[in-house]
Amino acid sequence: MSDYLLVAILLALMAVGYQIGTSRIRSLVPAGAPIADRPHSRPPYHGLLVALWCAVPALAVIFAFWFFEPFIDRYFVASQLPPEVRALPDAQFADVMRRIQQIASGFGVVGDTQPYENVAATRLRTMETIWSLALIGLVAVAGIVGIFFARNRISPSLRARNEVERAISLLLILCSAVAVLTTVGIVASLLGEAIHFFSFVSPIDFFFGTVWNPAFSSTGSSASGDFGLLPLLAGTLMISIIAIAVALPIGLMTAIYMSEYASPMVRNVAKPIIEILAGIPTIVYGVFALTVAGPAFAAAGAMFGLDIRATSAFTAGAVMGVMIIPFISSLSDDIITQVPRAMRDGSLGLGATRSETIKRVVLPAALPGIVGAFLLAVSRAIGETMIVVLAAGNSPLLRLNPFEPSTSVTVSIVNQLTGDNDFSSPQSLVAFALGLTLFVMTLGLNVVALYIVRRYREQYE
Amino acid sequence: MTAMSEIAPGALSGDASKVDLVIRSLRARHGREKRFRFYGILAIGLAVAMVLLLFGSVLKQGLPAFWQATLSLDINLDPEIINIDPQPVQAAGQSPAEYRQQLTAWQRSLSLVNWNQVIEKAIRAELPADVEITARDVNAIVTSGERFTLRDMILKDPSIIGTNVRLNMLASAHVDNWLKGNIDRNLGDAQQQLSPGARELADDLAERGIITQKFNPGLFLNVDSRSSPASSGLAGAFMGSLYMMLIVILLAVPIGVASAIYLEEFAPTNRLTDIIEVNINNLAAVPSIVFGLLGVAVFINWFHLPLSAPLVGGLVLTLMTLPTIIIATRSTLRAIPPSIRQAALGLGASHTQAIFHHVLPLALPGILTATIIGVAQALGETAPLLLIGMNAFVANIPASPVDPATALPVQIYLWQANENYNFFLSRTNAAIIVLLALMLLLNAIAIFLRQRIQRRW
Repeated sequence: MSDYLLVAILLALMAVGYQIGTSRIRSLVPAGAPIADRPHSRPPYHGLLVALWCAVPALAVIFAFWFFEPFIDRYFVASQLPPEVRALPDAQFADVMRRIQQIASGFGVVGDTQPYENVAATRLRTMETIWSLALIGLVAVAGIVGIFFARNRISPSLRARNEVERAISLLLILCSAVAVLTTVGIVASLLGEAIHFFSFVSPIDFFFGTVWNPAFSSTGSSASGDFGLLPLLAGTLMISIIAIAVALPIGLMTAIYMSEYASPMVRNVAKPIIEILAGIPTIVYGVFALTVAGPAFAAAGAMFGLDIRATSAFTAGAVMGVMIIPFISSLSDDIITQVPRAMRDGSLGLGATRSETIKRVVLPAALPGIVGAFLLAVSRAIGETMIVVLAAGNSPLLRLNPFEPSTSVTVSIVNQLTGDNDFSSPQSLVAFALGLTLFVMTLGLNVVALYIVRRYREQYE
Repeated sequence: MTAMSEIAPGALSGDASKVDLVIRSLRARHGREKRFRFYGILAIGLAVAMVLLLFGSVLKQGLPAFWQATLSLDINLDPEIINIDPQPVQAAGQSPAEYRQQLTAWQRSLSLVNWNQVIEKAIRAELPADVEITARDVNAIVTSGERFTLRDMILKDPSIIGTNVRLNMLASAHVDNWLKGNIDRNLGDAQQQLSPGARELADDLAERGIITQKFNPGLFLNVDSRSSPASSGLAGAFMGSLYMMLIVILLAVPIGVASAIYLEEFAPTNRLTDIIEVNINNLAAVPSIVFGLLGVAVFINWFHLPLSAPLVGGLVLTLMTLPTIIIATRSTLRAIPPSIRQAALGLGASHTQAIFHHVLPLALPGILTATIIGVAQALGETAPLLLIGMNAFVANIPASPVDPATALPVQIYLWQANENYNFFLSRTNAAIIVLLALMLLLNAIAIFLRQRIQRRW
């Protein structure tokens, strides 16, 4: 309740500040003043400047308060308690504090209350009332002081607009820093937890181990189990290769036909339909692979006397390939269309057929871009999770037969973090080491791919 | 093309064998051309066929789940069976904690009422007196969650005890399977989900028109349920997704648009902005599960935010969609002709004014499209949510973003793993239909905006 009041007060103060700013500059310079006497900035900027001067100190007060309040409350309440209660172990003491908070909130606790609890609760209640009033008062004072300070600065020569614009651009810079912070956060958290994991299991055992069998661990930090990355990596690689083998021919031929042969009408109809594939959530592909594609492959295999498992690397890879088709086709389409018209005309003019032109002139010219698209698609396939979780059969053994169950790095991350493992056990922490491996692999592919695509674009611009 | 093959042999200095060679090779070349073109059509046909196959299979399997075996019954709320004290009232001077204890005790007594007996009586009343049925069979017919429907009705209005009400009650999942033919009727008793008596009773009731296939609004209005699979619904998952989408819209859109504006319009071209740009492009291609790991390490372990909360899910999805929104907004801004900026600057506007007053309003449709694409991407994401604990079973509609919740895609993941596979296969696909319908709706809005409002320069 008091939070809403606080926000309302802050907004009201800012509105008042805005009004004061605009009316102040208007009173200093009447409307019809000659151009030479007019203020540097228009009145709204003066208003905004005052509102900013009101908001910044008030928000600083609020944040400082939120940060320190729990400590102060705890200190004052704890000082009220009898020494024997204060001497209780941490867990019991936390219980006492919780009871006191419930009594203070007016909700009450079941059963009889100790006298010291009541005293402390009354104290806490007074404190909380005082605090909420104090906060409102402090925010109001900070806001009003800010308003007055800014109001006194207002003069026709004040460059209010420049100051407001500097504040805006500062805000914009802060926002673009979020993306950088995300990367820093990813790297720091993955590295930190992975290093923690490597204190249990040596990196050599992890990166070169051929057995993946993390034993279950609920408590403690026993490093029992084998954490070999290679079976997972092999599974990831096999599934990705199958996916690319499905997606690359279909995607590339689609792109070629769309950009070189298709009439505008076909293009307008077929392109959006194929791009629907890119928008379908991966969990849908996963369920499709598990319930439709897998059994269909198994039945087809049985017809030819092949032993194809319903959940296998092949099922996961094939369905993932379908998912990646639009990814390859739209990227390649863009790239093929960028190949200059003159190159095609030259080839056609020498008597080559259209397919010869495409194969001998357009594709070689577009090759770097297509390689870039290919690498991006590989990175997509490596990082894909849900299809593999549902359709690959989750069997971390080193196998070469794609029709047997398999697994991947991403599946193991999900398995290790969704079980009941204790978070500080190597069984959970290994997920971050796996995540780091995944991140480094996809990052490497992306950097190379984006570099190639960028270079390619520049070549024909 | 044909013109070449019609060149008279004599025109090519009389070397007939060479011309023959050309003509023959031409045929082969034209064949290759045709085949190449055919491969293209084949590829497009395959891709389009995959779309149709995917949608076809989802619709075929999912649509039946929207209609479910339902019993229409006249239920007599017999006060002899529903024998409970009046609802307690908070006495003066009673602390809320004590009142709540009392109220909980009353609610417990209400839950202990033999609701099955009430339902059993209603079903017996529909059948001729000579039909022998056991209480066990009757209990197997109606899904167990309907007891709580009755209880909640009394909880809301205790005065209806003693009256007759007409209710639609969902049949159990096993009955639904049996009547829809989702289980082989020729299987032996040991493999059947229902006892022989219950199967007979179900067929009997269906023949009498008491059990019919009715549209089941509970699929949208109920929460997930373990004990009563027939009444499990998507309401909890829907609210979870809604909270997350709100967080994504509130955080990712302002931050994304602001950083796009900075990078496109303000940032000086130097090493730092180059790094930011490369960084954003790479972030867009980082696998989503890595964002889940980030969420676990930072939001849950470090900030101690609650597990399974849409707040954490929303934050993770925000970070994940941010690059998408930034990249799409930047390309929108880039498409706005520089003449707009130059005109504004020429009339004395500052750089900020030119952008906020002139460029941004023109970019608005594009920014909206970017937002929708980002939200649609976030709506369908599953993997990172599994890591932050949103795959827990939640039997409540989350009341706030910090309550435990699931999300639509996670609910699909949970349902496909349910051991009652016959029943949940179509329910999973029904959930997929709901999810795809939402995404299609979002994309349709985006396309509409792109086609109608966006101006072409």
